[in-house]
Amino acid sequence: MKKFFSILLTIFVPLSFTNVSKAGSHMEAEVIHWWTSGGEQAAISQFAEAWQEMGNTWIDTAITGGENARGTTVNRIIGGNPPTAAQFNISKQFVDLVEQGLLQSLEEVASAEGWRDFIYPPELIETCEFEGEFYCVPVNIHSWQWMWINNDVYKQVGLPVPQTFEEFLAGAPTIQAAGITPLALGGQGWQESGMFDVVASSIMGFPLMQSIYRDKDVDAFRDGRFESVLNTFRELNTFTDEGSPGRLWNDTTAMVIEGKAAMQVMGDWARGEFAVAGMEAMKDYSCVIPGKEKYVALGGDVFVFPKNDDPKVKDVQLAMASMMVNPTVQANFNNAKGSLPMRLDVDTSAADACMQMGLDLIQNPDAIMRESDDWNTPAFTNAWDDIISEFRNDPNYTVAQVMDDLEGVLTSGL
Amino acid sequence: MPLFRNIASMIALLPMIVISLTVFVGCIIYSFVYSLTNSKLIPVFNYIGFDQYERLFKQRKWDVAVENIFIYGFVFTIGCLIIGFLLAVLIDQKIRGESLFRTIFLYPYAMSFVVTGLVWKWVLNPTFGLENSMHMWGFAWFELDWLVNRDLAIYAVCIAAVWQGAGFVMVLMLAGLRGIDEDIWKSLSIEGVAKWKSYIFVILPMLRPMVVTAVVLIAAGVVKVYDLILTLTSGGPGYATTTPALYVMENFFKRADLGQAFAASIIMFISVVCILAPWAFYEFYLRNKYAAN
Repeated sequence: MKKFFSILLTIFVPLSFTNVSKAGSHMEAEVIHWWTSGGEQAAISQFAEAWQEMGNTWIDTAITGGENARGTTVNRIIGGNPPTAAQFNISKQFVDLVEQGLLQSLEEVASAEGWRDFIYPPELIETCEFEGEFYCVPVNIHSWQWMWINNDVYKQVGLPVPQTFEEFLAGAPTIQAAGITPLALGGQGWQESGMFDVVASSIMGFPLMQSIYRDKDVDAFRDGRFESVLNTFRELNTFTDEGSPGRLWNDTTAMVIEGKAAMQVMGDWARGEFAVAGMEAMKDYSCVIPGKEKYVALGGDVFVFPKNDDPKVKDVQLAMASMMVNPTVQANFNNAKGSLPMRLDVDTSAADACMQMGLDLIQNPDAIMRESDDWNTPAFTNAWDDIISEFRNDPNYTVAQVMDDLEGVLTSGL
Repeated sequence: MPLFRNIASMIALLPMIVISLTVFVGCIIYSFVYSLTNSKLIPVFNYIGFDQYERLFKQRKWDVAVENIFIYGFVFTIGCLIIGFLLAVLIDQKIRGESLFRTIFLYPYAMSFVVTGLVWKWVLNPTFGLENSMHMWGFAWFELDWLVNRDLAIYAVCIAAVWQGAGFVMVLMLAGLRGIDEDIWKSLSIEGVAKWKSYIFVILPMLRPMVVTAVVLIAAGVVKVYDLILTLTSGGPGYATTTPALYVMENFFKRADLGQAFAASIIMFISVVCILAPWAFYEFYLRNKYAAN
């Protein structure tokens, strides 16, 4: 036994020494993220390359699925083996970690570099700031507010490309008669609730959404407009195909690309799929922000930096945070990702027509929309989304019943 | 002292006892304690009483989950037993190529539930699967929308599960059938009892130990069903095929709602105990008592 330990010691002691001596000269960082599709990989490798150019090592821990990746991050933090950096969404997902003091404050580098002056829109600062200190780095902005439309389908049936859900519904029977699925929807909870929120904001507008989702104003919720959102949503769902349940979002986008379906409501990450298929924005396909008032939602990603027992890790983390907001890195990253940058002074000349639309819109502060998960805990949004999903899937679940159940969530204090 | 009768074996068992107590009992207590808190992403001791349980029982989704586990348990157990027994009887007819059929029928059992789930997902998918093939072969009336129909989806899950489990029951039953004495068959044929009657009224009661074994093994699989549903329907359409295990895992890992997940798992644990306790009482207490008498 003694011999065994001495063998172990001879193996591991020198190893640990080499680690220490290495850390002084260059920095090693492990990053957990869920960017695994082709376009996403291209984007994260922009970060990795920039980091490696600084003479550092990038350890890539890509985990499929945001929920799985976040779960791994939390487990590793609690287990005492935190990664250097980890991805979360622009939301309240990581508030618990901040409150429990598990995340590294980035205030040192944030105030030195003046993050508060260049991060745009300022709502992003709110997401990351807790008690006056920065705890996360926003890296991009993704918006859900898009209808992706196959122009050929509309040409074929002789209809103009719809600009609102009402126009879409008016033309849907004609499209159905031509043997094409009018609405491509993947029947997974997040796709259903995502589409619901787009329908909601385009019909009732952002101010009302704010009084419902943020202020929990029951009178506003009951003023009739929410019912019309539910009715429109139900009507839209009559134009999907029966293969919808459980279908992945990109398989659903493929239906629009192939002309098997006319329209899909999806976030701007769908643009990547059209680009890969060699389709040109506004020519082969249209991206439409539905509704009279056009909004761009502030979804997207942040990186957080869990505290580490090793004091040297802090320097690594601050260096990486600074690298992520660098304008050149931001330009490369967001061009690869198809998302909007988190500052205005980056080069977006490579943007296509759809991305340009988003860029123009985001400069108008009134067009910036927050989502339910910016104000509410996951428990609230999940309870809410469960009802929406059930409403979509159960035709016997009446609008009146849904209103009551949603009000129950609204007043539950979750 | 009977406790120290077998000191050597007690010592040998000690590590197991310690592990069971700390891991199982310890975790159960831990789960219960934290089910009384409003823990979200990470366990935080912030006592809120039984609010999580109250919230759990108000969830339509939880009701659906509990209902589903009963439907699944019933259909899966009965389906496996009936089909497994029938297959065993058919194979028992001294057919040609018996080992080939035995292999074919048992093969699904060798697969993981994940594979079964994915296979049936494709077969039952209305736009790619069997329905589509039938339409292309000209049978336009053919309809098979179980997987996407919220009322029937749970039965689609049962079909996939029975497909996997029936072969296993068949092997158990076949072993039992092979153990039946030739003389019994001879006397049955002398008496002129119809074959199907002899199977149901004579042979089946003789197979009771096999049936009990099969039921216990199948029932153990019912409570922990998770991977099959996750791959086949992910609990959908909507949450029509969700189960308690799925509900717990979802709240644990996807929804950052630890308190709720703990509460649901404690309820799962209590229900299993409620079902097992009378049986265990009979098996370990009453039976010994009668045996001693």
